[in-house]
Amino acid sequence: MAKTKLSDELGPKPFVSRFQRGAIYLLLVVGAFLSLFPFYYMFVQASQPSSEVLRFPPHLWFGSAAWSNIQGLFDNGFGRSLFNSAFIAVVYASLSVFIASLAGYAFAKFRFRGRSILFGMFLLVLMIPYHVTAVPLFQLMAKITLFGDPTWISSYQAVILPALANPFGIFLMRQSMQSLPDDLLDAARIDGASEWRVFTSVALPTMRPTLAALAIYSFMFQWNSFFWPLIIMRDKAMETLPVRINALVGLSIIDYGQLMMGTALTTLPIMMIFIAFQRQFISGALAGAVKG
Amino acid sequence: MGSQLLTPAERRHQWRRRLTPYMFLLPALLIFGIFMLYPIIASLQLSFESQLNPDSGFSIDNYRRLFGDTVFRKALINTVFLLVFQVPLQLGLAMVLAVLLNSAVLKFRTAFRLIYFLPAITALFAVALIFRLLLNDEKGLINYVLNGLGIQSIPWLTNAWPAKFSLVMAITWRWTGYNMVIYLASLQSIPTELYEAAELDGAGAWAKFWAITVPMMRPTILLTTVLSTIGTLQIFDEPYLLTRSGPSNETLSMATLLYRTAFQNAEFNYASAIAYAMVLIIAVFSLLQFRIAQRGED
Repeated sequence: MAKTKLSDELGPKPFVSRFQRGAIYLLLVVGAFLSLFPFYYMFVQASQPSSEVLRFPPHLWFGSAAWSNIQGLFDNGFGRSLFNSAFIAVVYASLSVFIASLAGYAFAKFRFRGRSILFGMFLLVLMIPYHVTAVPLFQLMAKITLFGDPTWISSYQAVILPALANPFGIFLMRQSMQSLPDDLLDAARIDGASEWRVFTSVALPTMRPTLAALAIYSFMFQWNSFFWPLIIMRDKAMETLPVRINALVGLSIIDYGQLMMGTALTTLPIMMIFIAFQRQFISGALAGAVKG
Repeated sequence: MGSQLLTPAERRHQWRRRLTPYMFLLPALLIFGIFMLYPIIASLQLSFESQLNPDSGFSIDNYRRLFGDTVFRKALINTVFLLVFQVPLQLGLAMVLAVLLNSAVLKFRTAFRLIYFLPAITALFAVALIFRLLLNDEKGLINYVLNGLGIQSIPWLTNAWPAKFSLVMAITWRWTGYNMVIYLASLQSIPTELYEAAELDGAGAWAKFWAITVPMMRPTILLTTVLSTIGTLQIFDEPYLLTRSGPSNETLSMATLLYRTAFQNAEFNYASAIAYAMVLIIAVFSLLQFRIAQRGED
């Protein structure tokens, strides 16, 4: 697999004067402040009663309305959208990792007719803006009436299915499966393992770090996604968090305290996952930048 | 190849082996075909059908309308404006941070890296809403700070140029750390010997940066440029939520226009033409950047 780790090994070691070092630290600290401050401000405002959010001068310390903002949100159907977002993101992440590893395995470990054309097709689609698919997808969802639903508009599958065959994931899995030694797979085959067995018991377990990185990225992608759920989730009960929060912005009198609390509660889970799995996040970002 | 010599059981076995890769690909291909390939083609077809007389068959009405549409032109200009200011700013900042963080003498490098990366995990819609508050015209924190410095409040979200600049700020905040991490990884793959040799020749930090760092990182710089370009040309969440495309469409982006046309005005055919205009524009920009990068190599 290509370099997806950031080492702490020493880079070039130029002579740096004490003054220069001080200047560098100053710049880095200013940068870090700018990076963190909007988060801090979000949490501060999320804890203010609505009337206090747009006070002048603005509050810079936490207020006392955090709990009532949370309650207000839940009175506004926030609980259901929290469930919708979590359900969609978890199902999407598991399925998309599974599908991508199946496809990545085929591309990396088999020679077959049409291989490069199919792979090229997946890569080509990465270049096409996903907005292009919005109108026909919407019409398609309006037409499908499987599983007893009237249509697939405002359904979980309408959000989960379209991005399931994620070209980026397939590309990532192929890259990483290529490092898998063929001998290992052949040994299992000689021992009489079926192709499915070889995949699930030999190939997949060695891919654990990549699978984790992709799962986290898929979860985050779906959790943060706004454009498509905004289009397709027309029923209030089916709205995801970003769509629900957008509905708060659309009100004539915006409850800014609730709005910021909703934003904070949406951001918080990803931040917690980030702190727990920094390495996977970083390697995911780098995998996105690996040359084709 | 000698398959006549195989027993039926062996032949069946061979068949199954040949079929195996397709079985592994089946789920991906199915979903890809139905939910990606089909809509991509259907969208092209829709764009060549007239909205007014759907039965008239092939028609270039939508594209003709697109050429004369001043709102689309505005959206295009706005988006390209964002591109021209935002991509160099964001990538330049990312490079500066990466080079600074890469110097071995620094402490807390991991902590800085994580702090800078934090915005990259934040949802775009959340970024837009946080900045909406920070940049509030009358009561935002940024204007409060400006007032404290003796500068008059700036109508960040309701005046054309400040609104465009607000978008640039919000996007830069979101993406700089992401690109920095990519640059950092690329910096670490440059062999140290190159720098040592340059130092022996008496090269200063500035000379080393331009003579070694930039050429060695050319593929990475190209890649981040193309990715950021594609991203910016597709921008939706920030203008939709931060500035509501206003004032008077001054921050309207192509994707927000597409959304408005399709899902608020129900003009599906015209929206498809807008979508394909976006495809074309993105393709042209990406190609242009690859060309420029190639010429630089000669």
